[in-house]
Amino acid sequence: MPRVIQRVLPQLLTLAALMALVSVFFPDFLEITYSDGRLVGPVIDILKRGAPVALLAIGMTLVIATRGIDLSVGATMAICGACSAWAISAGYGLAGALGFAMLAGLAAGLWNGALVAVFGIQPIVATLILMTAGRGVAQLITEGRILTFNHEGLAFFGSGDILGVPMPTLIWVLLGVLVALLVRRTALGLLIEAIGINRRASTLAGINSRVLLIAVYMASGFCAAWAGIVATADIRGADANNSGLWLELDAILAVVIGGNSLLGGRFSIAASLLGAMIIQTIDTGILLAGFPSEFNLVIKAALVLVILVLQSPNLAPRFARIARRRRGTPAAGKLTTREAGE
Amino acid sequence: MIKTLLATAAAVSFGAAAASAQTVGFSQIGSESGWRAAETTLTRQQAEERGIDLKFSDAQQRQENQISAMRSFIAQGVDAILLAPVVATGWDSVLEEAQEAEIPVVLLDRQVDSSEDLYLTAVGSDLVHEGEVAGQWLVDNVGDEECRVVELQGTTGSSPAIKRKQGFENAIEGSDNIEIVRSQTGDFTRTGGKEVMESFLQAEDGGGNICALFAHNDDMAIGAIQAMKEAGVNPGEDVKVVSIDGVPDIFRAMADGDANATVELTPNMAGPAFDALNAYWEDGTTPPKFIQTESRLYTQEDDPEAEYEARKDLGY
Amino acid sequence: MLLTIRSLTKTFPGTRALDSVDFDLRAGEVHALLGENGAGKSTLIKCLTGAYQRDEGELTLDGAPISPQSTLEAQELGIGTVYQEVNLLPNLTVAENLTFGRQPTRFGMVDGRAMRRQAEEMLSGYGVDVDVRRDLGTYSVAIQQIVAIARAVTLSGKVLILDEPTASLDSREVAMLFDVVRSLREQGLGIIFISHFLDQVFEISDRVTVLRNGCRVATDDIAGLERLRLIEHMLGHELEDETREGRHAHVPSDPSERTLHFEGVGRRGLIEPFDLSVGRGEVIGLAGLLGSGRTESAEVLFGIKPTQTGTARDENGEIALRNPREAVAAGFGFAPEDRKTDGIVADLSVRENIALALQARRGWARPISRAEQNRLADHYIDRLDIRTSDAEKAVGDLSGGNQQKVVLARWLAMNPRFFILDEPTRGIDVGAHAEILRLIEEVTADGMSILVISSELDELVAVADRVIVVRDRRHVAQLTGAEVETDTIVRAIAAPDADSDEEAA
Ligand SMILES: Nc1ncnc2c1ncn2[C@@H]1O[C@H](COP(=O)(O)OP(=O)(O)OP(=O)(O)O)[C@@H](O)[C@H]1O
Ligand SMILES: [Mg+2]
Repeated sequence: MPRVIQRVLPQLLTLAALMALVSVFFPDFLEITYSDGRLVGPVIDILKRGAPVALLAIGMTLVIATRGIDLSVGATMAICGACSAWAISAGYGLAGALGFAMLAGLAAGLWNGALVAVFGIQPIVATLILMTAGRGVAQLITEGRILTFNHEGLAFFGSGDILGVPMPTLIWVLLGVLVALLVRRTALGLLIEAIGINRRASTLAGINSRVLLIAVYMASGFCAAWAGIVATADIRGADANNSGLWLELDAILAVVIGGNSLLGGRFSIAASLLGAMIIQTIDTGILLAGFPSEFNLVIKAALVLVILVLQSPNLAPRFARIARRRRGTPAAGKLTTREAGE
Repeated sequence: MIKTLLATAAAVSFGAAAASAQTVGFSQIGSESGWRAAETTLTRQQAEERGIDLKFSDAQQRQENQISAMRSFIAQGVDAILLAPVVATGWDSVLEEAQEAEIPVVLLDRQVDSSEDLYLTAVGSDLVHEGEVAGQWLVDNVGDEECRVVELQGTTGSSPAIKRKQGFENAIEGSDNIEIVRSQTGDFTRTGGKEVMESFLQAEDGGGNICALFAHNDDMAIGAIQAMKEAGVNPGEDVKVVSIDGVPDIFRAMADGDANATVELTPNMAGPAFDALNAYWEDGTTPPKFIQTESRLYTQEDDPEAEYEARKDLGY
Repeated sequence: MLLTIRSLTKTFPGTRALDSVDFDLRAGEVHALLGENGAGKSTLIKCLTGAYQRDEGELTLDGAPISPQSTLEAQELGIGTVYQEVNLLPNLTVAENLTFGRQPTRFGMVDGRAMRRQAEEMLSGYGVDVDVRRDLGTYSVAIQQIVAIARAVTLSGKVLILDEPTASLDSREVAMLFDVVRSLREQGLGIIFISHFLDQVFEISDRVTVLRNGCRVATDDIAGLERLRLIEHMLGHELEDETREGRHAHVPSDPSERTLHFEGVGRRGLIEPFDLSVGRGEVIGLAGLLGSGRTESAEVLFGIKPTQTGTARDENGEIALRNPREAVAAGFGFAPEDRKTDGIVADLSVRENIALALQARRGWARPISRAEQNRLADHYIDRLDIRTSDAEKAVGDLSGGNQQKVVLARWLAMNPRFFILDEPTRGIDVGAHAEILRLIEEVTADGMSILVISSELDELVAVADRVIVVRDRRHVAQLTGAEVETDTIVRAIAAPDADSDEEAA
């Protein structure tokens, strides 16, 4: 356990620092009250609003660990949200709505995984296809409008709460814990890391890297499905145009803030989830602080930059390496990688 | 969408049959929002009512597609072209081609940067005016009471966001009792409206300090209404809600007493356009360069249920 | 003195890789740097060329202090280097790799024709047939190594450093390299040569420096230095029995008792169909020149390149070998030639690398417990004498030879019934070399069958029960019993009509 804490310590410190910063601008930030049987407060809002990115980040962490990337999760979210709204309006009931959404997410993942693992297309290109086409698919399902529904059961996944804790929060925490247990209590985590670091060597060691890759993209699609369900349930309608728009980038950012390398290999889901909360704290903090909205993106970018710089003790050698690689021989850059990566 | 495709096919194949009727080409931006879908539906309806043969082309957000659609309309020798331009620049040459072919072009909803001589007229709403109507409603309804307003802006930097905000501020300028206390962007989306409203509620004493909400579009207002309900605030009563656009769901909210007023941005841009074209065809009357559509205010008194029914099948 | 190093110290977390090392290089000499795996040879080179930043120590070149911050800076000072692991860019062409950083330009643009001409010139002395326009990655490790050497030679104005350059070269190529090295020596360059092949060291060097555990233990003229004394310096003790002494009776298994049969397996363009039967506990050697089809035979047997013809079967019937996973499931193991790209998973720990194949065979749902992994790791670290600060160290941070041992450990941990070893002792020091050959005897005594591919014929002679000779992508001969001798193998490799039994091998 202390090992896990040690791994996520930078993220925890960042989060604490951010919360302190927001408290300066909004003194009641940490206040949590209990009213009408639910917890209320900015921190609770963060835990709830951060759900879609947190959910996407779970799957994205796995994909990135295999040295891939999944740009399609935002569009997949829209598709799955549309499926659930459509299913509920078509009378398939709650189970139907969740089932269709999850199936759609798995199917999207299967598509991506097949392109990457079977046809050998670069992940960024392979998932770009669904990223651009996916929203069109979602629009076909919603017929271009916001498909609203009136079903308290489904809406519960967006705005309900159990013992005062918002459902979206419960969902991402639960899925995060489940996936983390799944990869760490079995050998999946090790095998995923191995194919991310050296797929050739891993395949030669007898790892079924093809199936594993497909499974990882499907896991990402599954997480996107839940993100889509939460987003759709939240506004009681599927907005094919806007649901999950650009969230793939926030998800990738969450993974990176979580200290996971885009070059694959070692990963920590807990750290990515903290990364998602860091992003949401920034977003919510900006809203609470009440600056003019023109500053939103600038403030966010500046904070993210500061976080990434501070979390990277290797910054200096890494810069040196990039400079060396720019000017120097191929040999120069590669050799130092190991040392700098330490 | 499938409907659209079929209709396109129909328009293309049967167009030639109705030889005597006027033929009008319509280059639509796409179907990126419900409002746009409704505009398409209404344009078709209006054309049908007037016996005009409409050739429809969906540009899927791309100017190249619009330009080639226009060239093909010109080649087919249509009697007029309706254009909802996706961007403001780059239209000069194709508009000149239309002019040479003596085909009048009417711009719908959005403007272009080209010279005014190149098109017959532009039909659209006045965004500043919309904001003013919304603001005026608030002024008329709060009386002398102190009123702290929160504002949900559209996408930062977009012209509807800038102009609607400006109009609203113009309207409340003389009323010192009305003050915008918080203003943030909700990106024109329901999720955005809900998330930002939640933060407003946190910041303003759980909503106790808020007297009214002004949202730059209905979708954000609908999201905000949900946020208020979930926070135990009663929208429409505790917090007055006024927004712009007039999408069906806001009428539903008004019928439920959750929203108070909306300013309609009518999707019926084609009606005034066809009127102007008819006059032009008949005796060459040139319309003014800008035909402003009505920005009508709807409140809970205007039978919102009926308005909802009238709109719900337009494709919003 | 051309180059002097004084009190060079470098520590890594958990390891003092260099401890106050002194080293001198004269102009016009070949100075060999020797030591066990993990002694610190490569680290010394990397500190010298700025690839690593040293903790302490002074470097002088031509009497002036230098402190290169990058390998580029070292190159500009006239120090050209071939690193132990080929570090060129496989997806660039040979010509681009050779001229990288100094491409000839014309009107500010890279001049492709001049670049190719220059590249061809650089390679001309090495007698290799290479199309410089092709991607480097399409060539064998040996050719890549030669390209790296050619590049370093051109870059070195004063000092040339060769870190195990001959590991993947055959004797002909080594001879050519040595010709180049001698002529550079005559031109007055100082050359640092690292190798575990003592014969080569004696052949080419003027002086040797021996490192042990990061400390310099001796510097001597080669003339008059005894081989055994040198080994003693390296190991810190006498070598118990050097490879050659461990003579082995070549007893091929009785054909009727062979349990694993490959019939007519082959793949067009790679290796012609061949038959192979293996008995329990038998060691089969595979000899041939580079590119003759040795590695390709192994790849076909292990399912890396699926067979187009033929079948494999054992006592229980046919075995599917369509991919490595099926091969592993059938109890095969394969330690590849190129450990960096095909062997190690660099960022994973020694423990995880050792457990990897076993884990893959058990499937993801049945993880090997941490305790069991630790036990495996400790066992093999001990048994193969893997020099690492602990089992949690990333494999990529081990010395080259120790990485090789980890790859071997991975397969031994799985206890395969048929183990294919492609150049198993590449980059491994004399002590460990003997150790590994002993290990092969041990595991075969327990029933494991082994196929060894090696360019070192001595090694084959030492361990193999029979030797199959490969030429031009065909298995052309099989040598058994007394025929398993270095000269017979050489003759079989060279002559199309050597006096060996042309048994259907
Ligand atoms: N980047 C690194 N991080 C941590 N330890 C390292 C690193 N590089 C080398 N070492 C350690 O330093 C020691 C010396 O390694 P080095 O590569 O210099 O050995 P070597 O003499 O070249 O061995 P070999 O003959 O196997 O190539 C080893 O114990 C190795 O584990
Ligand atoms: Mg080394």
